[in-house]
Amino acid sequence: MHKISKFLVLGLTASLLFLQVFAQEQSGQVEMADGMRQSGKIYVVIAVILTILAGLIFYLVRLDRKITRLEKDNE
Amino acid sequence: MRKSWWKIVCVVLLVYAIVGGLLLPVPALRQLQETIRNLYYHVCMWFAMMILFTTSVVYSIKHLRTLNYKYDIYAREFAAVGLVLGLLGYSTGAIWASYTWADPNNPAYASFGSIVREPKLIGAAMAILIYFAYFVLRSSITDIDKRARVSAVYNVFAYAMLFPSIWIVPRLLPSLHPGQEGNPALNFNDIDARMRMVFYPAIIGWTLIGVWISILKIRLTILKEKSWLHA
Repeated sequence: MHKISKFLVLGLTASLLFLQVFAQEQSGQVEMADGMRQSGKIYVVIAVILTILAGLIFYLVRLDRKITRLEKDNE
Repeated sequence: MRKSWWKIVCVVLLVYAIVGGLLLPVPALRQLQETIRNLYYHVCMWFAMMILFTTSVVYSIKHLRTLNYKYDIYAREFAAVGLVLGLLGYSTGAIWASYTWADPNNPAYASFGSIVREPKLIGAAMAILIYFAYFVLRSSITDIDKRARVSAVYNVFAYAMLFPSIWIVPRLLPSLHPGQEGNPALNFNDIDARMRMVFYPAIIGWTLIGVWISILKIRLTILKEKSWLHA
């Protein structure tokens, strides 16, 4: 009996919390991270990701060249 | 370097997928918010995996028809890179889900029990494990001809199992994963026109980088085994 009431309280709290969040989000526009774009800081993230991509591509190109050279040596 | 034009296309498309993917506007959704941008990365991993596995099974069938050992190498390396992309898709999906619909610590989100029962996750895990078994099977056979033939047959079965485990069964069961009613991300009602402008090029870009890595691995394997391949 004790266990069941515990679950009931937990479930009620959870559903209340859920309802509260739901109500907040239903009222008006969805809040997006527009501030990040306005401040221009998103470009920093893009710069970081592009650097990583450039590094990976550079590595792939070098690997490709190396294999091509090996293939030529083997002929 | 060989045949470089599509490698340039690949780099251009990936740069576009990152710059456009982070900067272009996306629809405001209540639960996903900015994380919808993960569509350009997480979903593309699965698309690229599917394309590479398809390529792999085509080469397996080609091997069975011709018994050319070269096709066995092709099938193996495409499946290996496809598996890597699948694992990346799975782990990025875990990160994304835990911030949008499956955080066990957030009472507003789904309970942990429903996450464990999530058919999409189980199906994807099954598909990945089936492909792991492909490599276990390969390495357990020492006879080269037999290995090529048996693993080609197994690859056909593994590919056939992909469809029930990641396409059919998750659609028959209730799921928290978005796009439950149809093909996630392909359905025209699901995806915004602005997002399609980035999404399709992103698929091609990620697939091409997978193909690039596979071809490098194939060329390396052929170099290594050349001594007796042409003997």
